[in-house]
Amino acid sequence: MIEHVVLRVIARLLAPFIVLFALYVQFHGDFGPGGGFQAGVIFASAFILFALIYGIEHARQIVPPAVAQAGIGLGVLIYAGTGVAGMLLGGRYLDYSVLADDAGHGQHYGILIVEFGVGVTVAAVMITVFFTFAGRRGVLEAREDTAVPPDGDEER
Amino acid sequence: MITATNLALLAFMAITAWAIARTRNLFVATMLAGIYSLLIATVFVLLDAVDVAFTEAAVGAGITTVLFLGALLLTDRQAKPHKHRFGTYGPMLLVVLLGAALVYTTLDPLMPHFGDAGAPAQGRLAPEFLADSVRQVGRDAPTATHIPNVVTTTLASYRGFDTLGEVVVIFTAGVGVLILLGGGASGGRRRRSRRRDGDDASGRGSTAGGAGA
Repeated sequence: MIEHVVLRVIARLLAPFIVLFALYVQFHGDFGPGGGFQAGVIFASAFILFALIYGIEHARQIVPPAVAQAGIGLGVLIYAGTGVAGMLLGGRYLDYSVLADDAGHGQHYGILIVEFGVGVTVAAVMITVFFTFAGRRGVLEAREDTAVPPDGDEER
Repeated sequence: MITATNLALLAFMAITAWAIARTRNLFVATMLAGIYSLLIATVFVLLDAVDVAFTEAAVGAGITTVLFLGALLLTDRQAKPHKHRFGTYGPMLLVVLLGAALVYTTLDPLMPHFGDAGAPAQGRLAPEFLADSVRQVGRDAPTATHIPNVVTTTLASYRGFDTLGEVVVIFTAGVGVLILLGGGASGGRRRRSRRRDGDDASGRGSTAGGAGA
């Protein structure tokens, strides 16, 4: 769809605001509705929008598949690591109260860090799944090109 | 007013579900599924479940629709007509009977009415969970909690293990897609370079993988 000027300009214009909104939802989840799950999806949707308009190869240059795949594990590590950090500081697993001097702040830090881990994993999984699905189109097309000349999308 | 809005939204959802079941065009079905998610997200807002509504709108109406469209590119746009073992109306009859049975159970005088303040869930469990959430999360803190959104404290701290499990589920889903559809870092790169060679030979740009359609 890269030939459509309107789509191209609007996508480029919207993408930063989508990412900003995702960060707002991510780090404001303790005061308003939202949190890691929603923020991760919104964050990923900015890159998926970019990929839809500019093509998967361009999007892969911005978010290399290796980075997205590392994010899948990184988020879970952040979450589980917060629990381990609490244990090392003398609390129980996933007890955030020991992360700061008083329990209230400790809980607040813990929740923010854990939500960040959730956001990283969700965004990375969504981007990876989309890249994998959309990338297969190219694989199939290349295979069809060599075998049979394709005649439209329907009735193969 | 709320009741009227709820009824209207639920009627729209029923119509949408009927249309999804009827259509053979998978593109139309995907779009209708997105509309269905948006409608139920609105219902959640009316029920004051803003966090759930947010998730439903982002995941159900947003990303699921896009992923369905991505999957749709790999298959036909039309569902193949297939013969049902029990005829077209057999499964329909079963579903209607099941729905009628569920509605019938809600007519029981002992069941609490929709939005009843005296329902067991409202009377005992919800205040208990709210109090426990505040007590455990804000333990020893002079102000009961520093975090106004009780949904966040419940999900991330009070029910932290559950949420960790949910993240692991998403992690597993991502890894599963990578293993099944072969987007592995090294394998993917090899395959992509091979594809690019093939593209050059057939005079096609390497952006052929762009999911636009």
